[in-house]
Amino acid sequence: MKAAVSLEGATVRFTSERGSVTALENVALEVAPGGFVSLLGPSGCGKSTLLRLVADLVPPTHGTVSVLGGPPERARVNRELGFVFQDATLLPWRSALDNVRLPLEVGPNKRERSGRRTPEDLLRLVGLAGREHALPHELSGGMRQRVAIARALVSEPRILLMDEPFGALDEITRDTLNEELLRIWRETGTTILFVTHSIPEAVFLSQRVLVLATNPGRVRELIECELPYPRPLSVRETPEFIRIASRLRALLQTG
Amino acid sequence: MDAPGSPRAGSQTLLPFAAAAALLAAWQLLAWAFSLPVYIAPTPAQVARTLVSELPTLLRNFVPTAVESFVGFLVGNTIAILVAVLFVHSRRLEAALYPIAVFVNTIPILAKAPILVLIFGLGMTSKVVIAAFICFFPTLANMVRGLTSVNPQSLELMRVLSASRAEVFWKLRVPSSLPFLFSALKIASTTSVLGAIVGEWIGADLGLGALIIEATHNFRSPLLYATVFVASGWAVVFFAVVGFAERRIVTWKPGEVS
Repeated sequence: MKAAVSLEGATVRFTSERGSVTALENVALEVAPGGFVSLLGPSGCGKSTLLRLVADLVPPTHGTVSVLGGPPERARVNRELGFVFQDATLLPWRSALDNVRLPLEVGPNKRERSGRRTPEDLLRLVGLAGREHALPHELSGGMRQRVAIARALVSEPRILLMDEPFGALDEITRDTLNEELLRIWRETGTTILFVTHSIPEAVFLSQRVLVLATNPGRVRELIECELPYPRPLSVRETPEFIRIASRLRALLQTG
Repeated sequence: MDAPGSPRAGSQTLLPFAAAAALLAAWQLLAWAFSLPVYIAPTPAQVARTLVSELPTLLRNFVPTAVESFVGFLVGNTIAILVAVLFVHSRRLEAALYPIAVFVNTIPILAKAPILVLIFGLGMTSKVVIAAFICFFPTLANMVRGLTSVNPQSLELMRVLSASRAEVFWKLRVPSSLPFLFSALKIASTTSVLGAIVGEWIGADLGLGALIIEATHNFRSPLLYATVFVASGWAVVFFAVVGFAERRIVTWKPGEVS
């Protein structure tokens, strides 16, 4: 089976008047269709850049990036990518429902992309039934992020890219959304690439965690999280979970 | 801060009316106490009587001023919005023309008005052009800022969605600019009236500006005050209509990152 996302020798260098910075160096990664991989590392390790590379927001300086067997641009234009930012990035003049509809209103192939799930279904999926007509400023931070997830799913992408989506939320909201994300992942079968700087979040969610090191950003190690799904929040107290988490912590400290 | 509709907010809105009534009463009393001649300072009661007795004259002069300021408002703001759109699409055009717009804006309206009257004649056209000129720059400056001050992450979102330039413009830039546009339109609603009146001062047969000049030269102070009252009343109504439209259209909280 073809990999959903595959990077080989991917290097990203940003050049400005003050010199050049290597954000990512020689990164290799394969993500199977339907996989859940987290990217974990300190600030400046290039984990967001890696996500932007897959989303066709940044071109690689060297190496190859392939998404669903083709260039990232094709996946982007065909709406196979959903992106969730750290801030919900909702349009403040649109209601929750109209924000979820936005991807169906823009870009090429917009008509064909209205899939099985309607925007209303997706708001229900993220637990926002009844708040369809609320404006973003009338919603809490957690609710806004749920709208952003529904929006990313509306074109039924095969790959969901999430850039620290719960980083700005309080811990209780974050726990709830972590559980719901796993439920949504199971229900949709989407491949997920998830950037975080939280060790427990990475272990709780992912099948595999890619640990990145900084200066220049590079892969340090790929760790398997062999915990069975479905995972209740209590899995975080099991010895296996704690073992993986301390392994990751040790890797980050020596990184 | 009190929420609108709370009991304290209710009494707060009455405060300016109470203050205005007190000032009028003080003015009336002072005019009586010092028995000021009418041509120097008429009493509020005399002004009110003139408002009623001279109503036909006031209305006849009000109509051209209202039309000039309204048409000037439309023309000036429309051109400003179109130029702002051009500037946003061509940075080179902005670099070439924006300094000229700033320079023209630094010329006081009192200096521009006679030039425009010479070019466009003594009819209503010259007043419309002056009113349009006075609206133009604040709207241009605000609109350029509004169209360019789009949240960079929203632009990234549009790129992930493969949105075209036109889609980014209509679905992102235009709505983002509306709060900026309305701040400018509120300024323009009052300055367009000022522009029309200044134009009428330079030369006109009819209009509130012409009436102000005539009343002043003939020492008809109550008529002068009544005319000023009508002119500012029109500006206040104009401002209120724009403010009402703003509240209906800009229902979100601008500047909020969400």
